[in-house]
Amino acid sequence: MSTPEIVFAGCNGGALTEIADYEAVGGFQALAKARALTPDDVIAELKASNLRGRGGAFFPTGMKWSFVPKPDKLDKPHYLVINADESEPGTFKDREIMLRVPFRFLEGALIAAHAIESTHVFIYIRGEYEAEFEVLVASLEQMRAKRLLGDVTIVLHRGAGAYICGEETALLESLEGKRGQPRTKPPFPAIAGLYASPTAVNNVESITTATSVLELGGEEYAKLGVENSAGTRVFSLSGNVVNGGNYELPHGFPLRDLINDIGGGIADGRTLKAVIPGGSSTVVLTADEANTVTLDFTSLVGAGTAIGSAAVIAIDDRCCMVQLAVRVSQFYQHESCGKCTPCRVGTKWLTTILQKIEDGRGTQADMDLLVSVAERINGKCLCPLGDSDAIAVMSYFDKFRDEFQAHIDEGGCPFHGSSSLDQLLAPVAMHIHEHTPVHA
Amino acid sequence: MSALYDEIQVMRAQYPESLSAVMPALQLAQERNGGWLSEQAFRDVADALDLTPAYCLSIASFYDMFRLEPTGEHVIEVCTNVSCGLKGAQQVVEAFERGLEMRAGETTDDFTLRTVECLGGCGWATIVAVDNRHRLHVQAEDVPRIVAELRGVEWVEPDDEADVDA
Repeated sequence: MSTPEIVFAGCNGGALTEIADYEAVGGFQALAKARALTPDDVIAELKASNLRGRGGAFFPTGMKWSFVPKPDKLDKPHYLVINADESEPGTFKDREIMLRVPFRFLEGALIAAHAIESTHVFIYIRGEYEAEFEVLVASLEQMRAKRLLGDVTIVLHRGAGAYICGEETALLESLEGKRGQPRTKPPFPAIAGLYASPTAVNNVESITTATSVLELGGEEYAKLGVENSAGTRVFSLSGNVVNGGNYELPHGFPLRDLINDIGGGIADGRTLKAVIPGGSSTVVLTADEANTVTLDFTSLVGAGTAIGSAAVIAIDDRCCMVQLAVRVSQFYQHESCGKCTPCRVGTKWLTTILQKIEDGRGTQADMDLLVSVAERINGKCLCPLGDSDAIAVMSYFDKFRDEFQAHIDEGGCPFHGSSSLDQLLAPVAMHIHEHTPVHA
Repeated sequence: MSALYDEIQVMRAQYPESLSAVMPALQLAQERNGGWLSEQAFRDVADALDLTPAYCLSIASFYDMFRLEPTGEHVIEVCTNVSCGLKGAQQVVEAFERGLEMRAGETTDDFTLRTVECLGGCGWATIVAVDNRHRLHVQAEDVPRIVAELRGVEWVEPDDEADVDA
């Protein structure tokens, strides 16, 4: 299967961090093309491309831009905010995009700014991404020297370690100098976003791909990939595979081939047990299910899960699924912002019950309680963080119920200390340890 | 006025509303204060942005990367989220605990050792951030070398035969 590179085009496995190198592969021609078009025509190209958001929600990018009111309709500045706060476990594609094709990303930012008629761009970049931040600073300097920014101001704003700020309204709160807690929607950011002004919030990969859409033309781009999932995608492959990494592939690529051919198969001579297909908040697939799906919206929704942030985590047969549930739930408990009670309290309860089952102290009633708590979180909060915990954990429970039951029946973990996640120390667990005397 | 005050004013000017500068100002204050935010650091940031120290603390306490207590000279953070966990992150944590003779969560003059949530390098597990710089593909057997490097002592590859003789 030929795999055209769109996002990483021209890299040849390396990085395009010198502006001359980027220009040599056609860099900034898409921007010139966009600026020669009216904003509406740029949006029309994006709509024709069928590009959908790469952050996880898969919302059509052109449509999102079209929701931002025209400047003459509102006496307020317009903002473009780029979400570079990548932190969904399993996902590490945006950092590689920023490291290897920073100019294509920043070119896309200028194209998007033109499309929504904004002169203010904020890039909210994860605090942990220090090297990536430095690449963007250096790239912007080179672009300013060439006067490519025109009247647009681009501000790099560093996060400080909070998963929740990847949620767009929490990100806007954080950017305004507040605690990163989600807002009630509506109003949506396109109407009242940053400083209550119309704001488009887009993911790094979506913005970078916008450059390619302008370069190729919307209709050409739409021919790549499969129905409902146009174009290529940068898949983050991790877990028990031989060759983890980011791989740009057309949508519709078989999941099995990503793991076995591109990823080199399952490491250490083990066998595949399960796959998390789109970041830790998506429904797990059993090995059998994973062998039948393709990596696109329709196929994964058909299998009851989602493409999410295209983060594929392969899990081998050494992993205890109750331990996996504990660790995933600990993450969401740690990252809950605390605003909505079902999430703040519910994620803690899920973790507590799961840990009890893992420790062999669980009863049959705890299995029912787990389901009951999950149902009390799902759909009852301002943002999907709590839902993610409930959905992920319940998918392990539903598909690997025998393993959960074995913990109850045997009064302990059937893996007897041999699971790959055994005794894994999470930051949440560490807080508890800090207040517990160390056993002599 | 102090250099910090002046630098925060430059940050403030980047934003349509000055409150937005609170995070970058706290980041700068933390960097200038040896990696953590003291009461004085909060007063300095508050003065520079016309806020209260309490407000600045409410922001700092929300985000993991702000530190409210002194850290060791080197901060070692091991990702123990799912992808790193599947590749042996716990063994890496334990190797650091042995090598540094301290438990995860503790701080000495020289080191702070902690486990952290996903650092976004899942395909290159295990990820260890040493003073915010990410080391990729770290395995438990790599840890003694990293510890030696941070202690500034020369690393000698263990000689298997010598071990047997001893």
